[in-house]
Amino acid sequence: MWYWLHRFSSPAYFYRFAGKATPWLAAITGLLLLAGLYGGLVLAPADYQQGDSYRIIFIHVPSAWMSLFIYVVMAAAGGIGLIWHIKLAEVVAACSAPIGASFTFIALATGSLWGKPMWGTWWVWDARLTSELILLFLYFGVIALQSAGEDKRTASRASAILALVGMINIPIIHFSVEWWNTLHQGATVSKMGAPSIHTSMLVPLLIMALACKFYYATSLLMRARAELLEREHNSNWIRDALKNHG
Amino acid sequence: MDNLAEFFHMGGYAFYVWGSYGLAAVMLSYNIIGPLWRLRGLQRRLSLRPANSPGVSKP
Repeated sequence: MWYWLHRFSSPAYFYRFAGKATPWLAAITGLLLLAGLYGGLVLAPADYQQGDSYRIIFIHVPSAWMSLFIYVVMAAAGGIGLIWHIKLAEVVAACSAPIGASFTFIALATGSLWGKPMWGTWWVWDARLTSELILLFLYFGVIALQSAGEDKRTASRASAILALVGMINIPIIHFSVEWWNTLHQGATVSKMGAPSIHTSMLVPLLIMALACKFYYATSLLMRARAELLEREHNSNWIRDALKNHG
Repeated sequence: MDNLAEFFHMGGYAFYVWGSYGLAAVMLSYNIIGPLWRLRGLQRRLSLRPANSPGVSKP
């Protein structure tokens, strides 16, 4: 296990492995997206209260889940890089930030586009929305620290510390709809108890969530490969890796 | 054809629904195409380096 982990975290091995895995991950992402969108936009019936506007859920909720998931991955990778100085962990943290920020932005913007017809307003300063906006700024902070300064490793350490401190926001976002009386509706799908959503809507929602996971993996591996080339451009393994590429 | 028009109409919420999906599509495509271009550019630049160029240490 440790041998395998060590081998996998070597930049040369990871670069090669990621190059092979990316097309497969991209294909799976594409298929899942098609299935999820077809199920959500065509097959699923209109909601009896919200009509067709609820169809935003199939991109809004998976994006919101991803915004939290990627943040946790980023903070964990940052922490691993901080403690064990594993280069690959720093790269994963650095490359996760823009993807996470994108999902956070999508969650906020689609929420806004959903809120306007349903709540009658683009934005309210309620706990869920505000804490999610703070998450976006945390991502921006991490990205800014990553690109600050000449030394990438110092930048990685600084941004890892910010990401770890920002972890406090994650449970706040998650429980915000329970702790405070918010305009945002409560959780539709939870691990405990049956989800308050019909199967014809739940299935495409879960497929879209899975598609977003694979999308993240695809985008992350591509970013990580580029980041490794840039950080390691003086290393010997790069010449070997690029020889095959031509 | 009626069905298709109905589909795009989204029960009157076309702007909000398609706006959401359009925006997500743009953001998510950018997160694939951007890294792809960066990767291709780096691969080209690094593999075009002469073998004895400074910055490339000999094995």
